[in-house]
Amino acid sequence: MSLEALPLEMIVFVITAAVAAVAALLVVLHRNPVVNAVALIVNLACLAVFFLLLRAPFLAAVQVIVYAGAIMVLFLFVIMLLDLKAELHPPRAGAFQRVMAVFAGAAFLSLMVLAMRRSRSTFAMKEVADAGHGTVERVAEEMFRNHLVSFELASVLLLVAMVGALVIARAFAETPDSQEPSA
Amino acid sequence: MRPPTEWYLAIAALLFTIGVVGVLARRNAIVIFMSIELMLNAVNLTLVAYADSFGASDAQVFVFFVMAVAAAEAAVGLAIILAIFRRRRSTSVDDVNLLKW
Repeated sequence: MSLEALPLEMIVFVITAAVAAVAALLVVLHRNPVVNAVALIVNLACLAVFFLLLRAPFLAAVQVIVYAGAIMVLFLFVIMLLDLKAELHPPRAGAFQRVMAVFAGAAFLSLMVLAMRRSRSTFAMKEVADAGHGTVERVAEEMFRNHLVSFELASVLLLVAMVGALVIARAFAETPDSQEPSA
Repeated sequence: MRPPTEWYLAIAALLFTIGVVGVLARRNAIVIFMSIELMLNAVNLTLVAYADSFGASDAQVFVFFVMAVAAAEAAVGLAIILAIFRRRRSTSVDDVNLLKW
């Protein structure tokens, strides 16, 4: 069998999908928050692989830089700042609640599968052989020609979020009835 | 031979459902946050799969904005969790019931 005959992208997809699913389950099921965070990083990396398979190299890079690089570091920072020992044995959710959560999740999944099966006909209109629609040039053109205002608004949003995060994290520390020994 | 769009939609639906179950079943606020990130990423995967299917670049711009909003949300949310932890010495959502009826 020659190398070209191998469905290489299929193999990559199946392996990545399996890793992503296991990592997602670890995020939800494991008790240690650090393990949750590391599993989420693995999951995000798997999504970056999916983006590469879907011909979106720019988004794959952004996924790794922004999510795995910035957001998850923030998560790990907060986990490390908090008292982990107290959190290793948190009050567990009630058995009833957990059963109902799984039940609701199963119902939700079947609803989505149903919707996908109903809308299968829309996939027939695909196979636009438009190579390079996910390149940086095309995404940048789309973003800066048609969505420039949204782009600027996103930067304002990030600024507001940054200021807000600082204010929220500080204000509570400086209240007199805070249980901090010293600010 | 590329994987069909349906496969990507299926794995995205699975990841989203796992995220939903995580939000519903877990009590730790940080883990609930991570489950929300899981759901946001599942939606991003759906958008990129459709973008590839239809050969459109708009969806990728939209995914970019979703990532920006997710970053903002994570920053503010983690600041709130930090502030609550300073007061209550807990990140369990059961201890934060001031606005609950």
